[in-house]
Amino acid sequence: MSKDNQLLEELTSREYEHGWTSDIEMESAPKGLNEDIIRFISAKKNEPDWLLQWRLKAYRTWTTMAEPKWPNVTYPAINYQDIIYYAAPKQKAKPKSLEDVDPELLKTFEKLGISLTEQKRLTGVAVDAVLDSVSVATTFKEKLAELGIIFCSFSEAVREHPELVKKYLGSVVPMNDNYFAALNSAVFSDGSFCYIPKGVRCPMELSTYFRINAANTGQFERTLIVADEGSYVSYLEGCTAPQRDENQLHAAVVEIYAMKDAHVKYSTVQNWYPGDKEGKGGIYNFVTKRALCAGENSKVSWTQVETGSAITWKYPSCVLKGDNSSGEFYSVAVTNNYQQADTGTKMIHIGRNTKSRIVSKGISAGHSQNSYRGQVHVLKRAENARNFSQCDSLLMGNKCGAHTFPYIDVENNTARVEHEATTSKIGEDQIFYCLQRGIDEESAVALIVNGYAKEVLNQLPMEFAVEAQKLLALTLEGSVG
Amino acid sequence: MNAASTNTELLEVLAGQASNQSNLRQEALRVFRQLGLPNNKTEEYKYTPITRVLQKELQLSNLFVTDGSTPAEEKWIIPVQDTYRVVLLNGYFVTDKSFLPSNVTVKPMLQAAEKLHGHIGRYADFKTDAFAAWNTAVWSDGLYLEIPEGIKLDKPLIIYYLHDSTKGQVKSVSRNMLIAGAGSEATIIEKWQSFGNNPVISNTLSEIVLHENAQVNHLVIQHDGLTHIQYLFNQFWQHTKSCLNSHVFTLEGAFIRNNTRVCLDGEHCESHLYGLYLLHNSTLADNHTVVDHRKPNSNSNELYKGILEDQAKGVFNGKIFVRPDAQKTNAFQSNRNILLSDKATINTKPQLEIWADDVKCSHGCTTGQLDEEAIFYLRSRGINHETARAMVLYAFASEVLETITDTSLRTYIDNLVSERLHKNF
Amino acid sequence: MLSIKNLSAQIDGKQILNGINLEVKAGEVHAIMGPNGSGKSTLASVLAGREEFEVTGGEVEYLGKNLLELEPDERAREGVFLAFQYPVEIPGVSTINFMKTAVNQVREHRGQDPLDAVSFLGLMKEKMKLVEIDQSLLNRSLNEGFSGGEKKRNEIFQMAMLEPKLAILDETDSGLDIDALKIVANGVNKLRSKNNAIIVVTHYQRLLNYIVPDFVHVLYKGKIVKSGGKELALELEAKGYDWIKSEAEVV
Repeated sequence: MSKDNQLLEELTSREYEHGWTSDIEMESAPKGLNEDIIRFISAKKNEPDWLLQWRLKAYRTWTTMAEPKWPNVTYPAINYQDIIYYAAPKQKAKPKSLEDVDPELLKTFEKLGISLTEQKRLTGVAVDAVLDSVSVATTFKEKLAELGIIFCSFSEAVREHPELVKKYLGSVVPMNDNYFAALNSAVFSDGSFCYIPKGVRCPMELSTYFRINAANTGQFERTLIVADEGSYVSYLEGCTAPQRDENQLHAAVVEIYAMKDAHVKYSTVQNWYPGDKEGKGGIYNFVTKRALCAGENSKVSWTQVETGSAITWKYPSCVLKGDNSSGEFYSVAVTNNYQQADTGTKMIHIGRNTKSRIVSKGISAGHSQNSYRGQVHVLKRAENARNFSQCDSLLMGNKCGAHTFPYIDVENNTARVEHEATTSKIGEDQIFYCLQRGIDEESAVALIVNGYAKEVLNQLPMEFAVEAQKLLALTLEGSVG
Repeated sequence: MNAASTNTELLEVLAGQASNQSNLRQEALRVFRQLGLPNNKTEEYKYTPITRVLQKELQLSNLFVTDGSTPAEEKWIIPVQDTYRVVLLNGYFVTDKSFLPSNVTVKPMLQAAEKLHGHIGRYADFKTDAFAAWNTAVWSDGLYLEIPEGIKLDKPLIIYYLHDSTKGQVKSVSRNMLIAGAGSEATIIEKWQSFGNNPVISNTLSEIVLHENAQVNHLVIQHDGLTHIQYLFNQFWQHTKSCLNSHVFTLEGAFIRNNTRVCLDGEHCESHLYGLYLLHNSTLADNHTVVDHRKPNSNSNELYKGILEDQAKGVFNGKIFVRPDAQKTNAFQSNRNILLSDKATINTKPQLEIWADDVKCSHGCTTGQLDEEAIFYLRSRGINHETARAMVLYAFASEVLETITDTSLRTYIDNLVSERLHKNF
Repeated sequence: MLSIKNLSAQIDGKQILNGINLEVKAGEVHAIMGPNGSGKSTLASVLAGREEFEVTGGEVEYLGKNLLELEPDERAREGVFLAFQYPVEIPGVSTINFMKTAVNQVREHRGQDPLDAVSFLGLMKEKMKLVEIDQSLLNRSLNEGFSGGEKKRNEIFQMAMLEPKLAILDETDSGLDIDALKIVANGVNKLRSKNNAIIVVTHYQRLLNYIVPDFVHVLYKGKIVKSGGKELALELEAKGYDWIKSEAEVV
């Protein structure tokens, strides 16, 4: 027992790897939120009037809404007037190429293992790097452009492809969808935009890397992916933030629009700063992610490995509108210390023969609370809809909690919906078996947890999977109680 | 008239006149007013628009209490041999129709209440559910049963809730307290029967305490007319090594909300919760169950199955709580549904909340249709479609039927189910 | 190699081992037999370092070290191998991945470089033949859904991979049919050398037809009540355990 405590101690005192800050000259908006701030953001970005009006409308809607109280998380009230809504690295002129980018910035991403210089070519990943409020660099643009793929920062998309942005912005997550989506719609500063033309299979992984650097700043990025008929893209998202005592708000929106026969794979490894071992600081990660499978046979897969953030509130969902469309959700959510996660998915079956699959693996340790919340809704018209859900929880110690809140609503009698959930712990006999073969306890836990999460980790692209495995091991080392 | 004022008015009609009230009743009334009637934002009533139904069905006037005459026995007695019985008419204890066991304490709740100070409302939480608060505030009568230590009740006890609405609408609020002493055993059955064409709103709340080593078999049979809007709350409280078998059979009624809650407040307890809902017409049946493991080393097992036809609506919400102290808990839950019509719907939410690590918990939930493969197999052996379908449905239901140990009772319920499923084999 | 002196142990306050004495030298095979509940598996578990068992007295010296002071994984890295009576299932972890982790941690302990994937697979292929185990089995999750025989073969395969100095086979014959038993025994015999020692814990004599012991010890009520050569096992097979029990009771 004392040994376990010692291990627990070791684990909880482990420092967040990406907790450093960079010294980059920043330009910020004053604290607080009002219409002037929104005009300020819009002006900073030289936005067309329609977008400013869209933002203002979202802001006005937001002021009439209330923060949701239903998630199984607790936190002190957020003072929305105490947040900086715009912070950007100061740059003399828009960089034409990477040579013009502040070397300190490049170093920041280099340190995170994200190379913005195109040496990355070998690994075949194109990156859009977002620091605080703005996209600082996007790699491989030209190469992708040859195929007609548009991959750029959101701001650039507004300038260069306004017709696409105008058409699809808010088409999956309407501005009034929920409190945080409305807030994002009003103040979003940048993000990534991606369009894959008809019949094109994107030859490389597209990736957005988010980094919060500035203090007291909220990050409100917006990602919009439009997959035209018969196209395919695999999209990765990673994130980190410095270690700070105060909580920082991250309220992002991701919209995916999939047309007929399109296939989008969206993978996230979320490693925002989770707060210290007493639960001080950390990111509030209140994110709205949704895909619309608009066309027949379209398919969207969400895969997430959630290890960071003080609070996670996130339900990557699929609206299965096209006949024969399908949605998948694979998730590993790990909480430790005082982290709280309320995450899951919604699968809304509207079209005929729509399929969905949910695999959620929750792991709770320390004093954390880990909730799966999901909905499978089969509407009247959704003949022959199929869903299978598997929601497992693993507990380590008895100071944490694991909760499952699955809503299953079926309005069509040809639907088949199956939901299974189990709760377990890492067996002492499993640990002993590993020890007996000469494997130390920390490696044993890592091995068993990775085995437990394997079905989800298998969904990740190779580079991400290795990263995710390490992250899991790191977050949970020795936390067997 | 706007909805809010209707709501308040409805609430006051339900609350009735307050007179000569105990502190508990006053407190409950305050809570009832504070909570208000549930609306579509109320999570626990998300799919169960009970307030809307009451607004529609209750004219808020023309309420009928009783004229003292009980409908003829053959109209409500169920063919289960050799039983004790308690009869409540429109919420009031009818002594001369009741047939009570002698070696136990049994009396109308109204008489027993005075001496039960501090016991009523101790187990069933009324702070979070408006209908529980309503019951606690205004119950009219009910049954108080105390089985002394070591006594085994030799026959099942049936509680008949009769509602006579021939002369007006009925609002019936009854309250029971059942205490099974250490090592005692009892089988308790609850059955409702309405007469008349006017709507009946009934609210029945029982607090059932199982002391050490007690064993209670509890059966709810809901097979009443389409005028009956029913709220039922059974709170079981288990002490060490007690064993509970709870059965809820729902076959007919207008609108039914069942709260079945079990608190395992002792070690080495066993709880089995079984439910079978066969719904047709426009019946809505909502089963909310809570299994709350508070102490280590107990087992619970829950199986609820439903077959829905026509425009019927089924709601299932099963919560399992495993508190930090409840190590070595085994808790299992399963909810299976078959939708037979394209207008039937099911909303199910199996919910696990676990705060202890050394436990085995699982829930499973399925919604589907008839197993066509099985039907085809039977047909290929020469069985006609209708029979094959009945066979498959009956097989689905029989998993729950088989859990009834009393043969006479099982036969009775089996017959009801067979009739509903057009069993012809 | 192994010297057990007056070893006592208990679990949940119940005394299981009551002063065991045993000397095992390199190159020897010892069989420990005894009726159910005599403490055979407890002895195996205590030697491997299972934490549920509390050692209440005595000492165990292994290669000049106090074995009881070592953590279970340290014991394994020092060359103590336990073939489990009930091998544990670990979902999602392949046997290959599991063994690679174990082999490399053991190698690290011995000051050797970790094996790269190619050499590891080579080593595995070689050892697989010993117990006639199929690669497809090793690609699957560790022991999950394995038959009784497959699990036991996997244990011996792991033994081959880890090359222990002291192997303890806990009821390795239980649940095996005669063909599987021969394969397992054959594997063990191939691993037998003058540098290592094997302790075979078994209820039946059957396994000892194939793994022929140098010494046989009979455990009863947590004590070794009789020791002898391989003929003692045959005698037990013929007469059962009752005569040992009565003999022991008299003493």
